[in-house]
Amino acid sequence: MTQTLSETEVPRSPYLPRVGCLDEVEAFTEHEKYFRLSFEDGEGIDYKAGQFMEVSLFGIGEAPISICSAPGKRDDLEMCIRAVGDVTNALHELEAGATVGLRGPFGNGFDMDSVAGMDLLFVAGGLGLAPCRSFILDALNRRDKFNRVTILYGARSPKDLLYRDDLAEWEARDDCEFLMTVDRGDETWQGNTGVITTLFPKMRKVDPARTAAFIIGPPIMFKFAVLEALAMGLRKTNIHCSLERRMKCGLGKCGHCQIRNVYVCQEGPIFSYAEVMRLREGI
Amino acid sequence: MLPQVLSKEDFGPFVTRLMQQYRVAAPMAKGPDFAFEVLEGEEEAARVRMDYDITILPPKKFLLPTYEELLDFSGPQPGAAQPRVESQETVILGVHPYDLHAIATIDAAFMADPVDANYVARRKATRIIGMNIQQYANEHQFMADMGTVEPPDGVAEMMLTDIGDRYFVEGTTDAGEEMLSDCPFCRPAGPEDHRARQEYDAKKAQNFPKRLPYHVRYLPELLDASYDSLLWDAVARRCFSCGTCTNVCPTCYCFDVQDKLNLDATSGVRRRMWDSCQLEVFAEVAGGENFREHRASRLRHRMFRKGKYILERTGKPGCVGCGRCSKHCVAKISILETFQQIAGEAAEVSA
Repeated sequence: MTQTLSETEVPRSPYLPRVGCLDEVEAFTEHEKYFRLSFEDGEGIDYKAGQFMEVSLFGIGEAPISICSAPGKRDDLEMCIRAVGDVTNALHELEAGATVGLRGPFGNGFDMDSVAGMDLLFVAGGLGLAPCRSFILDALNRRDKFNRVTILYGARSPKDLLYRDDLAEWEARDDCEFLMTVDRGDETWQGNTGVITTLFPKMRKVDPARTAAFIIGPPIMFKFAVLEALAMGLRKTNIHCSLERRMKCGLGKCGHCQIRNVYVCQEGPIFSYAEVMRLREGI
Repeated sequence: MLPQVLSKEDFGPFVTRLMQQYRVAAPMAKGPDFAFEVLEGEEEAARVRMDYDITILPPKKFLLPTYEELLDFSGPQPGAAQPRVESQETVILGVHPYDLHAIATIDAAFMADPVDANYVARRKATRIIGMNIQQYANEHQFMADMGTVEPPDGVAEMMLTDIGDRYFVEGTTDAGEEMLSDCPFCRPAGPEDHRARQEYDAKKAQNFPKRLPYHVRYLPELLDASYDSLLWDAVARRCFSCGTCTNVCPTCYCFDVQDKLNLDATSGVRRRMWDSCQLEVFAEVAGGENFREHRASRLRHRMFRKGKYILERTGKPGCVGCGRCSKHCVAKISILETFQQIAGEAAEVSA
């Protein structure tokens, strides 16, 4: 409910970033790097799975990047960033010890407690693994809150795999089913090849009535993965995704993230498929 | 407080007196058109045109400037930034009721959580003196349909009505009444003044016919029914995606945020500037995907924002029927015509 003008006080500028320190930087692939950041003011951060930050480099600009570490109240956060524009290419030049501006967390995020007791199906395509990881880690860190956990991951090629350490760990765990595929293998690749939808017939059957799916990846992958999920009998309200847009303000004002009557930075980025269907131009 | 009267002879001194305390912006002639401009010196008070029909740009430019600095930074280090939240005590003179409604809409949008510091600072420092109108300015306007002929409550501090050689002045907020009780040029309205005001209203009642073929309460749903219509492709054929419509629109407020470096290539400002959902790259994301790549989808988005989404999100009209977009569109696309054309859509789609 908005206040009247006289009731409203002039708040501090919401555009001033906090100082973030790059504690760790590691190249995952030719174009993607892993960053772990903490806050110079020592006050840490409290965020939910699926939320994002605005990462600033003064003189260049600001970019919205999903948080990919396990959610909660903590001192640091992790991101996996692809170098694709001015800000992200400049971020890739930085070494551990550098500082960046951080604003956030923004977005609705997703409270995993709301799917406690359900079977979880994570479907991550390409860089979609980054935000999806936040959900996956939350589930695995509190494993007994959830029933069966299935993780499907697809990348373009073995060179494009992200979070290899995590992938190995998830494969090794006996309390979750982990399947992965690449679109095209190489000489040494021993695993599955084919698009991510080829993994659906390979996974153990889930109970569609009590399965919550999290499908995060490029629009084309999302479309086909959702079809598979629906074919399995999952409810539209139990299929969730992250719709990403070029958020400039993160505050529901600049308008760049509008999809129909929704601001992705406010009512999203996490939407159920039922909502996405209504949004039409959403994907 | 009972109404006052300000003679037109005293209007100049009334304005120069305001200028002692405030930055004053008022409607002035600009070629064949009119524009709100800041009065730079007392001699400009004589150029104020309270009888203007409509300005090119709405007064939103004083509350949401075309360029607005958000942060100063002295270097790339994030700790080196200073936020900027600026405002200047301002009076905007002569704002018509439809523009007052539009300001209420933008107020609602920027005061929605999280509150926009920069806008609120400017808005709180601004006093608006409204001006009533007696007829449509042109064939593009449809304020009667949008409910914006009468001013909204609480936006203007006072409303002026032209009753011949003088203005009928009504204080509509506490601050407005205070301004009036301080004003040495105003005298209390007498019976002839009240009568003149009533005659003004009687004439006015005949001058604002409705121009939509349906009641505006059906506009959002008619738009919904028209979402897949070929009408959008037909209209967008002419559109240049130039963004003129959003530029002149009193309820448009989308912006871009960019860093601008000084000549030393180190220090600079982060600033926001007017942007437009009509421009091709507005919905483009990293990697090149564009979620409103086609002109028709951009144009449709704008019409839906104006006729439906803004109303749903703020409770205030997204379109105030001022007609500026239709008047200035290079391709002569008219929002009134488009809203008229969707009247048939629901009947066709459901058939």
